[in-house]
Amino acid sequence: MIKVSNLTKKFGAHVSLDDVNCEFNKNESIALMGANGAGKTTLIRSIMGYYHPDQGEVLINELNPVKERVAVLNHISFVPQLPPPIKLSIEELMQYISVSAQVDKELIKHYANEMKLDINSNLSKSFFKLSGGMKQKLLIAISLAKKSDIIIYDEPTANLDPKARDDFYRLLKQNEEEKVLLFVTHRLEEVKDLVNRQIYMDLGKIVSDERVEG
Amino acid sequence: MKNLYLIAYLDLKESIRAKWFLVYSLVFGGLIALFFIAGVTESQVMGFSGLSRLLLMYIQITIVILPIFILITTVRSISGDRDSHILEYMLSFPISLKQYYWGKIIGRFITVYLPVLFAMIIAVVYGAIKGAAIPWSIFFLYTGLLFAMSATFLGIAFFISSFVKSSEVALGISFFIWIFLLAFIDIALISLMMQQRVDEGIIILISLMNPMEIFRVAAISLFDPQLTVMGPVAFYILDSVSQSTFVLLSIAYPLILGLLFAFLGYKIFEKKDLV
Repeated sequence: MIKVSNLTKKFGAHVSLDDVNCEFNKNESIALMGANGAGKTTLIRSIMGYYHPDQGEVLINELNPVKERVAVLNHISFVPQLPPPIKLSIEELMQYISVSAQVDKELIKHYANEMKLDINSNLSKSFFKLSGGMKQKLLIAISLAKKSDIIIYDEPTANLDPKARDDFYRLLKQNEEEKVLLFVTHRLEEVKDLVNRQIYMDLGKIVSDERVEG
Repeated sequence: MKNLYLIAYLDLKESIRAKWFLVYSLVFGGLIALFFIAGVTESQVMGFSGLSRLLLMYIQITIVILPIFILITTVRSISGDRDSHILEYMLSFPISLKQYYWGKIIGRFITVYLPVLFAMIIAVVYGAIKGAAIPWSIFFLYTGLLFAMSATFLGIAFFISSFVKSSEVALGISFFIWIFLLAFIDIALISLMMQQRVDEGIIILISLMNPMEIFRVAAISLFDPQLTVMGPVAFYILDSVSQSTFVLLSIAYPLILGLLFAFLGYKIFEKKDLV
């Protein structure tokens, strides 16, 4: 599903990804770990087509995410580590997502409800005025409603309280079949029960790649 | 196409809610109100009177402040979204870069153009109520000039926004461009260049390349073909081309310039790393 071949990405003199090779297939839940600056975010962004590689390539279902971004992003859901300060109201944000990615607004509301987030009473509120936890819950609800084959979470539980984390893991368990789940995390214990593969990165390279019992 | 309209629509809605838009609208609406209060329509200076005089004053001030308003409010549209990671999230949905970029431009163009246009419409309506003769030719010329001017500086702003990584740098470049273009209008230009004994052909060519100078000359040429209130460069320009040709040039050239910069910005946006 995701194939990364000889991927090198440099920023000036700094090599952020150094000849990385890996594949992610259906039904894999991967914990992507490593110290700050190890290259995790660069790898994620390369998969999403944000970066032009210096060498090598990324293919998602045989498609190049830079050249075929619309076709590729139809298959990807993404939740960033920190919710961005989007000034659109929740209603407008949902409109953006439902028109651009054909996501059912009711489904977003359903998953938000499952995450104990009351969207209906906040529809006209600007996204950036929500609390950190509410923003994260909404982004998670959107990622699940999008029904993508590939779901990428960059430290998704950073702003969530323990109860919300439980809700999140429960919903993920219900939605993980036939998908690639990619977690960028510093806290393996939080996703240990969900993942069946653990990858460690350091200095732009994959230093360990282990299959584990999920 | 639906994604293009969606981006334009949402950007327009977001901009209208922003505080800068309120200030922007108040400045241009306030200018017109101030002119009426000050009795500009009743005064007569250098042969201009009534609504014509008011519109002339409006365009003279607008030529100076509109570019900087457009530059500082627009230049951060992409670089600011990149800075704050909004771009990273918004572009994680299946929207093409073409739709995103041009949708933003359309939305922002409507945002910056409508207040300046409405201010003129208000002036015309108020003037008509007061019984003043409406100078329609001037009104339509200014509508076209402001349209072209908005397009130019919007194009330049998006061009800057596409390659600059931080919004502070984008703002700095905007100020520099504004000051640079202001410094090269007419009197400032000619005094500087005559001092250096530069050939008059070069002076005129530089003037013609400067959209702010073109607006300035075009805005007044209709009132005063002899250009008694303008500087010598404007006089040279109108001596070489006819008034109507120059009016057409003054709308077409900045429009093309704006589109060219916007297109270059798009090419950079497409080729560079997005975040």
